[in-house]
Amino acid sequence: MIPASEPTQRPPDAKLLVIDKYGRISHVLRTSFDVFLRPGDLVVANDATALPASLRAVHSPTGCPVEVRLAGRRSLDEVHDFTAIVFGAGDFHSRTEDRTAPPCLKPGDRLALGPLSATIMRLLEHPRLVDLHIDAPADAIWAGLARHGRPIQYAYMPVPLELWDAWSPVAGRPVAFEPPSASFALDWRTVERVRARGAAFATLTHTAGISSTGDIELDLKLPFDEPYRISKSTASAVESARAHAGRIIAIGTTVVRALEHAASQDGHVYAGDGLAVQRIGPGSQLRVVDSILTGVHEPGTSHHQLLQAFVDDATLRRAAKQLDAMNYRTHEFGDSVLIERGPRGDQRH
Amino acid sequence: MQEKSIDTPGAALRVAITGGTSGLGLALVREFLARGANVAFVARGAERVNRVAREHPGAHGIVADISAKDDIYPIAMQIAGELGGLDVLINNASDLGPAPLALLGDTDCMDFERALATNVLGPFRLTKALLGALTASAREGGAAVVLNISSDAAINAYPGWGAYGASKAALFHLTRIWNEELAPEGVRFVSLDPGDMDTPMHALAVPDGNPAALKQPETAAREVADAIEAALARCVPAEAAEGDRR
Repeated sequence: MIPASEPTQRPPDAKLLVIDKYGRISHVLRTSFDVFLRPGDLVVANDATALPASLRAVHSPTGCPVEVRLAGRRSLDEVHDFTAIVFGAGDFHSRTEDRTAPPCLKPGDRLALGPLSATIMRLLEHPRLVDLHIDAPADAIWAGLARHGRPIQYAYMPVPLELWDAWSPVAGRPVAFEPPSASFALDWRTVERVRARGAAFATLTHTAGISSTGDIELDLKLPFDEPYRISKSTASAVESARAHAGRIIAIGTTVVRALEHAASQDGHVYAGDGLAVQRIGPGSQLRVVDSILTGVHEPGTSHHQLLQAFVDDATLRRAAKQLDAMNYRTHEFGDSVLIERGPRGDQRH
Repeated sequence: MQEKSIDTPGAALRVAITGGTSGLGLALVREFLARGANVAFVARGAERVNRVAREHPGAHGIVADISAKDDIYPIAMQIAGELGGLDVLINNASDLGPAPLALLGDTDCMDFERALATNVLGPFRLTKALLGALTASAREGGAAVVLNISSDAAINAYPGWGAYGASKAALFHLTRIWNEELAPEGVRFVSLDPGDMDTPMHALAVPDGNPAALKQPETAAREVADAIEAALARCVPAEAAEGDRR
């Protein structure tokens, strides 16, 4: 596996490794993803846009330059209060694990974020993790983020990302912290093909969080609690597909988190707002999602753990060998995998 | 104003208007506010944007240039963020081309390029950036509309109106193709010619015209809002409409 280092959402040669429910592995071009769909299936994507959540800042008490990465919020409608990671001087060109610590942060400290300013409200059991409040009217915060913020990015991507690089064709409300990048595989032609197969297309909105903090201890807390919203039309599309033996195909891990959380009461997906707090991994019982289209995730990440709810570890290891041997590209601009839930995970009935 | 969607009964319609500080754009901001909509508007001048926002509580002002490529995603971010999504986009901001009007043979390329950037590329880019929000609205409630302000100069070959007319003709055709392509997603695209209005742009084009003979922008704004309400009412979600289209 090699990191994808060009910010192209849909390279024409993007590959797709497919694991079917029997654990058989095959390889196709990702553009032909729709051949796996059957009439009655429902494809569900996350329509959240990523905020430009990386903000160059100055820690006012010390004058030290820092980078603030917005990383969590209490609800989709929250504009002023965020959980954030604070790095010392430097930027995405350094690997997150090599980033310097910020100056000693205290509640009440001010941070100058370009045109905006924020106050640290509390420390969250880690020198890098804080709750902050941005002191401005909502419209000024939106203008400040849109003009001053940059998409969060990592050292494997050498070119600075522009807003449009992190903005998938289906991206709507700007509420996520990193793009729900599995949606990069979708364009409107693909959505058209989904419908042509007799499948339906729906979206939910999930505030996809950050994928790495550069700190082992902090990374263990990922993903942070993530608010999501499922519309009535999407909830009823899910119920209707299931009632007619259609499969639910999640585009990305965030869709799995939202749908499975929404169904955690009694197995039915209800419309409304929720806070996805559960960790999904080996042994998790999937009640809604039948298949996942996602990026190429390396073992050890929370994304990779989630895949073990779909398929056993031995199969994932076999797949990892092939991903390696065939030079699949990792990360958000990389290739993809499509995994159909195996019988082991099929505990719905 | 009808409800935004079946999903959130009673929620206000979310409307974005470009060129919202003068002429038809300003009248549209007022008209949609009066109809209970949640309105964001875009214009270049910070001072005017702030003044219109101050004078119209509830309207979200965005300072940006629709003709500048680098402004598009910040605009889309602010619109979708401030309104929490989007149901209606009105591409109203327009550039006349050379002022005073010039024969094509006398038109500077730069003036033509500016007209194309404002009247064609800007609406294309902004619509594309907001398609995710618009289609999400359509899926949730069966209602999303993009209305592009057109002109009879898009159809008729008026001497002196070359840059403006050609760019509006391109926008007119773009609107028709968008409408064909996005019908399955439930987004309707509408062109509307508001007629000759008493606006700063008309004064620029026809300095010695008689304002009393012109339509008031408030009248045109009511017609535009009515056209949008009619288009919203015609919106049918893809699954329900499949039978008609196949």
